[in-house]
Amino acid sequence: MTHDHTIRMKVNGTPLEVRTRPDRTLLDLLREEIGLTGTKKGCEEGECGACTVIMDGRAVLACLTPALKADGAEITTIEGLEQDGELHPLQKAFLDEGAVQCGYCTPGMILSAKALLDVNPVPTADQIKESISGNLCRCTGYTKIVRAIQRAVEGNR
Amino acid sequence: MNWTTYHKASSVAEALSLLERSAGRGRVIAGGTDLVIQLHRRTLNAEVLVDITGIDDLRRIESHEGWILIGAAVTHTEVAASPLIRRHARVLSDGCARVGSLQIRNMATLMGNVINAQPAADGAVPLTALEAEIRVVSRGAERWIPMEEAYLGVGRSAVDATGELAAQIRFRIPDNDGRAGFFRVSRRKALALPVLNGAVLLRPDAALTRIEKARIALGPVAAKPFRARGTESYLESGPISPDAIHEAARIAAEEANPRTSRIRGGERYRREMIRLQMTRLLQDLLAFPQAPAGMGAPTPPGGASR
Repeated sequence: MTHDHTIRMKVNGTPLEVRTRPDRTLLDLLREEIGLTGTKKGCEEGECGACTVIMDGRAVLACLTPALKADGAEITTIEGLEQDGELHPLQKAFLDEGAVQCGYCTPGMILSAKALLDVNPVPTADQIKESISGNLCRCTGYTKIVRAIQRAVEGNR
Repeated sequence: MNWTTYHKASSVAEALSLLERSAGRGRVIAGGTDLVIQLHRRTLNAEVLVDITGIDDLRRIESHEGWILIGAAVTHTEVAASPLIRRHARVLSDGCARVGSLQIRNMATLMGNVINAQPAADGAVPLTALEAEIRVVSRGAERWIPMEEAYLGVGRSAVDATGELAAQIRFRIPDNDGRAGFFRVSRRKALALPVLNGAVLLRPDAALTRIEKARIALGPVAAKPFRARGTESYLESGPISPDAIHEAARIAAEEANPRTSRIRGGERYRREMIRLQMTRLLQDLLAFPQAPAGMGAPTPPGGASR
């Protein structure tokens, strides 16, 4: 027997109430119930990082997070980065450095980088690499991605 | 269709009563990074999930009368960053820092690493060398299980997560002068399963002539994290010397049982890597210079990668 559950959470700063089946993941909730398809569905096994979102300040995998676990949480997705029509410095840097190729890994990459910069505004190159080590890019674009994050860091100095 | 009900328990008592009411159809969920996959693949079934990560009592890392206690809701990220663990059990924070990926470490708990019962677990291997125990509570009962008894087989925990709650991990603060280390061999530095891992704790005498106590755990070379007892007793039986280090590493490679695996490599290679990694780690911990080529393990051109 399926009971619908109501989830209350803050997504990109906006309080939401969503009704859902109990066995959904946060990824499906974001994409299919809330319509935020910027968070990508990749492997669904926790291997690729495409579904990375920031939950209560930490980068997590939405594909392995039961939606009901996120009840009461604050979530940031890629859609929450742009402010008043202005791209986030990380988004700008990714474009300026050509760090986006097919783009599928990009939202996850940017959120992993943002989770780092939120707590460590001026990280070292190694810390940057570690922050995106759980995000796979199959267009072999890591060098430009690291450079883009470094460029965004320059703005924090 | 998977689970039909999801509860966030606010206390251990509430979690236990939810499990009891579910009568075998419930299951404890912590980080969920293994369990959600298992439920999706139908290798496990549960109608009711009882989430314990919001229970304040289980969120703490503390020291008490010579013990360190880690609650079941503490994540790998929290263990790896804990000043208390880094000071007293660096081997555990180093292991926890190598689990999965950053996102997995942010979600997954150290206790889950034990309960999922994989012999390669980077958190459970150091806990085995630390001779940790886990506190398992059920309605009206409570027991401490040594790490080595927490496993029934590969992927099979002695803890019944449909009715019991593994609440806490504890181990004695090692008095070993910081002589402990963790090694890991993997295809890549991140997001790669270990080909091998190991944790070593040594307590030498003050003059650094003998080893009073050695604790060594290796994975995945058996159905559970493997205590290399033959190597431990060899190290405790004679004086410290470069030859003794080589002999100890040889014994470790011999008593472990790494199998040929498509993802981890061949048995001979893996045995040789145990010998090499153990030699280096023991030399490091006992402040012996690395052996020259020919005496120890062959060093590849350009130096060894670790």
